[in-house]
Amino acid sequence: MTVQQPDPRSPETPPAADLPAPPIPALSLRGLAKRFGPKIAVDGISLDVPAGSFYGIVGPNGAGKTTTLSMATGLLRPEFGTALVHGVDVWQQPLEAKKLMGILPDGVRLFDRLTGEQLLSYAGLLRGMDKDVVAARVKELLAALDLGMDAGTLVVDYSAGMTKKIALASALIHAPRLLVLDEPFESVDPVSAANIRDILDRYVASGGTVIVSSHVMDLVQRMCDHVAVVAAGRLLAAGSVDEVRAGESLEDRFVQLVGGRSQTGGLAWLRTF
Amino acid sequence: MVAHLLRLKITLLRNGVRRSPWQLVGLVIGTLYALGLVSLCVGGLFVLRQGEIGLAHTVVVLGGAAALLGWAIVPLAVSAADMTLDPARFTTFAVPMPQLLAGLTLGGLVGIPGVATSLVALATVGTWSRNLPAAAGALVGAVLGVLSCVLASKVMTTATAGLATSRRFKDVSAIVFMIPLVLMGPIAAGIMQGIAGSGDFLPRLAGTLSWTPAGAAWSLGGDVAAGSYGAAALKLLIALATVAGLALAWKLLLQRALVTPPHGGTSKPRAGGLGLFRLFPATPAGAIAARSLSYWLRDPRYAAALIVVPLMPVLLMFQAGQTGSYALLEFVGPLTAFLLAWSISSDVSYDSTAFALHLASGVRGIHDRLGRAVACLIVGLPVVLAFSVGPFFFTGDWTRLPGILGLSLGVLFTGLGLASVVSARYTLAVPLPGDSPFKKPPGNVGQMMAVQFGGMGALTLLVAPEVGLVAAQFITGSPLPGWINLFLGPALGLALFAGGVRLGGKWLDARGPELLAQLAINR
Repeated sequence: MTVQQPDPRSPETPPAADLPAPPIPALSLRGLAKRFGPKIAVDGISLDVPAGSFYGIVGPNGAGKTTTLSMATGLLRPEFGTALVHGVDVWQQPLEAKKLMGILPDGVRLFDRLTGEQLLSYAGLLRGMDKDVVAARVKELLAALDLGMDAGTLVVDYSAGMTKKIALASALIHAPRLLVLDEPFESVDPVSAANIRDILDRYVASGGTVIVSSHVMDLVQRMCDHVAVVAAGRLLAAGSVDEVRAGESLEDRFVQLVGGRSQTGGLAWLRTF
Repeated sequence: MVAHLLRLKITLLRNGVRRSPWQLVGLVIGTLYALGLVSLCVGGLFVLRQGEIGLAHTVVVLGGAAALLGWAIVPLAVSAADMTLDPARFTTFAVPMPQLLAGLTLGGLVGIPGVATSLVALATVGTWSRNLPAAAGALVGAVLGVLSCVLASKVMTTATAGLATSRRFKDVSAIVFMIPLVLMGPIAAGIMQGIAGSGDFLPRLAGTLSWTPAGAAWSLGGDVAAGSYGAAALKLLIALATVAGLALAWKLLLQRALVTPPHGGTSKPRAGGLGLFRLFPATPAGAIAARSLSYWLRDPRYAAALIVVPLMPVLLMFQAGQTGSYALLEFVGPLTAFLLAWSISSDVSYDSTAFALHLASGVRGIHDRLGRAVACLIVGLPVVLAFSVGPFFFTGDWTRLPGILGLSLGVLFTGLGLASVVSARYTLAVPLPGDSPFKKPPGNVGQMMAVQFGGMGALTLLVAPEVGLVAAQFITGSPLPGWINLFLGPALGLALFAGGVRLGGKWLDARGPELLAQLAINR
């Protein structure tokens, strides 16, 4: 297990230049930092996500997970640091980098006055994909995610889980090499969640890389092979799941790392009814 | 509890100002404007103290009734319903209904319109301070009148924003509601004509109004001053009943709104279909145009802009009928071109954070700009052409057609180009997707006005050549400048359109993430 401090290396150093050809990581962050007013949301996070891994990012609420992933995917400009996707700098060559990534951002709206089928086709066409390829993939994705029946319903009339699924499908349509999914299982029903896990497992097995953020530890422990623990904008631990949890359950290890368990003796009034 | 709600409202106001200096600018401008208006009204009301009782009575009653009407309609008309204390936000707090109502009513008085109305209403006490009973009557009337104003506005906003919770109903009603608002000018003018028709119309109108809920409260001071105590007592009852009735209506509406929070409406599962996407080329720009056009047709916020278009000629026809001159009607084409082209200046703001999809997909800025502009052009070009040619069937002065047509096309293309630049750089606080077009989030009014007026100023400069040629034709009577304009307008317009799309695309490429961050704030 490696406990990382904010990275001391210069961000200009290309990741593979000084080492004899290690495999290029799917995502490589160096010293990413972002401040919102006086609040430091992300405080120098450096992280390598190996290609072909199923990578979980866990952290308490407000730890900076979403901010980090937004900066890594080109949605939010970092104040410091770099992000490379398969060696392509997200902020120097955004168009090339975005071609390699499929992104499911958390907490953003969708173009919800389109039907599910239209939204999915739109996501494909925006990527400059061929019309017939888009049509075929849309059909398959809708079927795989159990949305075939609601293809013609406006997304605004979808339930929360269906909305999450159509957003996930939009991130998959161009067959990216790296999938970045922010809270992909929130409000998704268990059956759909199992379907999505199957899809992601097969995707990883055939060489794709998945990064998911979550605060459901059990899910991450079962699903991911690597995990990073983030709290208060810093990286506390990163590595394979077994390394990080060091024999304990991931949840216990997480609580140890993050700290902040409050005394359970308080709130006596809550038991007085 | 009431004090809590008041404090909450004041805190929200203060935090809004703290959030951006532009909001402070808006507040200061609004305050200065209101201050001028209030001092004028208060001064006038005190002068009326020396005036004849009948005259003062007429003025106070008509002014009060107009205020009531304004409170009921203006929040909807200028799409600025104050949603800082949206009752729906108190659903889970189990605030007792009477206290919630009292708190929200008093909260409605906090803010520029509330304070201004209260001050002017209190000034009527000055008008009737001829003797003690009259002053007391005016004071009671002022309190009741101001209360009715606030309650009427609450009833209207709750009815339109809260009652219609199903999406489909909301979509349709929002559009239908625009029509009387747009036609308010002609309606008001019709009334004014009636007034001009008979000399003693105003006193009689005031007399009638004073027996209705609109004017009863404002009439109290005058009736007591005139010595008609019986009438005053009856009107006091009417005024009390008005306040009680409005409060009851609001309470019922609110009760319904609180237990039926907005929901998406139910819809049957339907098979797919690509709709407009089938008709456009399968490229990023084509897809964006198809998406934008779908939104023009499906999203009530766009439809609210579209519904104004067919009403433009109606308005100008009416104006022509009034003045007997079709001069302004000839300009319905350029005016519509301006309205339509400028409407996409807030296109990205209407996307809200859904814009993240464009950013995440790596859409090139120029494709984004082009797609949106083309969608607007598909709606706008036929309308503008029809509106440019149409009026000449009435005027018959066909020599002016080439010049006007050139101006219309110039304004349309130039406006689209400019709007493409503006919406790539600035976001505006617009109603969120799915919200009523009237439910405007509290935003930075100051910046919004600066961007809007700055943009319109820039557009005026950019189309100056076309305007100049039209003016030249009208002044000299020679048809030549018009013919030049027919070619210059589209040529110059298209050049500026291309430049605007290019520049806007470049800015979007450079500042996409910053734009998304702004949108996330407005959310």
